[in-house]
Amino acid sequence: MKLVTAVIKPFKVDDVKTALEGIGVHGLTISEVQGYGRQKGHTEVYRGAEYKVDFVPKIKIEVVVDDEAVDELVTAITTSAQTGKIGDGKVWVVPVDAVVRVRTGERGSDAL
Amino acid sequence: MDELSSGDTAWVLVSAALVLFMTPGLAFFYGGMVRAKNVLGMLMQNFFCMGMITLVWSVVGFSVAFGEGNGFWGGFDFFALQDLTASDGAIPYVAFVAFQMMFAVITPALITGSTADRMKFSSFAIFVTLWSVLVYSPIAHWVWASSGWLFKRGALDFAGGTVVHANAGIAAIVLAIFLGKRRGWPTGDFRPHNVPFVLLGTGILWVGWFGFNAGSALGANKVAAIALLNTQIGAATAILGWIAIERLRDGKATTLGAASGAVAGLVAITPACGFVSPMGSIAIGLLAGAICALATSVKGKVGIDDSLDVGAVHLVGGVLGALLTGFFATLDTNEAGKDGVFYGGPWSVVGEQALAVGATLGYSAVVTALLALALKYTLGLKVSDEDEEIGLDEALHGETAYRLTSIGGSGFTSAVTAAKVPEEAKA
Repeated sequence: MKLVTAVIKPFKVDDVKTALEGIGVHGLTISEVQGYGRQKGHTEVYRGAEYKVDFVPKIKIEVVVDDEAVDELVTAITTSAQTGKIGDGKVWVVPVDAVVRVRTGERGSDAL
Repeated sequence: MDELSSGDTAWVLVSAALVLFMTPGLAFFYGGMVRAKNVLGMLMQNFFCMGMITLVWSVVGFSVAFGEGNGFWGGFDFFALQDLTASDGAIPYVAFVAFQMMFAVITPALITGSTADRMKFSSFAIFVTLWSVLVYSPIAHWVWASSGWLFKRGALDFAGGTVVHANAGIAAIVLAIFLGKRRGWPTGDFRPHNVPFVLLGTGILWVGWFGFNAGSALGANKVAAIALLNTQIGAATAILGWIAIERLRDGKATTLGAASGAVAGLVAITPACGFVSPMGSIAIGLLAGAICALATSVKGKVGIDDSLDVGAVHLVGGVLGALLTGFFATLDTNEAGKDGVFYGGPWSVVGEQALAVGATLGYSAVVTALLALALKYTLGLKVSDEDEEIGLDEALHGETAYRLTSIGGSGFTSAVTAAKVPEEAKA
């Protein structure tokens, strides 16, 4: 099993969710996060005082899937979250040792 | 004695209510500009003024301001608001007392903008109480009471450019100097936590200001109408003046700038609104918006942490409005006024305005400094570094403004519940 984490533009969340439903992924966790990549942040001005805001709001999506579903999942996220402009985000994959469904105690793939 | 006019009375009573509404408006105007951890501290200081100054004004403040007394001090003729009915005219004198009370409430509240984020609540409470009696009431007496020395000299201050705004503005700067800077100012992140609050507060202030200015005619008459019209024009054009400066200086016109400009215009038109023509209001508004916007960059250069620009908006706006009244006043608008320099009046009209402003600034600065010093070496003015870091809401008031998550909090404990259980019952 693998944990696929994607950091994407907030307004792309619905597109990604629809894409994941389309390939049969039926669970995900999202969180509001902030950070920056190459594009850095923006500047805000209040009564002439400038504040450099480095951190840009993003959405982090986390999905755990079986190994064989990883490629399709990464492709689905990448294509649905893409705008082609700077700041589209990143996707990365890490191995998962164990998954347990809290309600039933099922483990491994059965718990997904 | 004039016969009582129900129309005049109704307008002054409505105006009193409108002016009171300005203080919560101000609370939101300022509250939006502070960081989220200090918003309740700001609202509290303003609401405290509504509580305490109402009491102070009822007992002694009105008497000091509007008692006969001498040129400098009204005395105690109206102590505890006695013997009011003898002064009844077209409006019952109590209506005037109530109307003026709301001015007394908002004036010290204006000061809270410069001391934001760091002043001890206890020291603030004592400061505004004493300041109201020792600074606000005497200056109101000088300028507005028939026996006041500046009134007798013919100083023009229709609704409080000198008494309210220049007075509170200079006190705000002096208190900010004695209080010291906020931790991390000016390099840290002091962005406003809620700009929509600032605009909401501005809207409330603006509406309330019609009572402040047009109510100061003390009757439902032509002068009230022109004061209302001039108030609208002055505030509106000041928005344009402020955002024009922003566009040129910073590249973008901001909503915070539009709100600040509106308030600066309202401040500057206040002393003038009952004396100038609508075209004079256009000029005063544009100048006030532009000059107050430019003035915001001064505090950083001189190193005074006037947190929310009370100096740039109220001090500069109030002084500017008072001086410009000497140029733009016209007898066509108000027969009880004067012709300013631009209408063939002598330069002495401006001179008297400058004298009134100068005397107000000097007296207010000195007494404010004495009060600040006395508090600094007794109770202390500033909260501890730790409390400042935590934020005034939690550190001073035991509350937080926003709970955007259910994370945290460990259940219900109540001192009251615990106190109710007798020792024997526990055993």
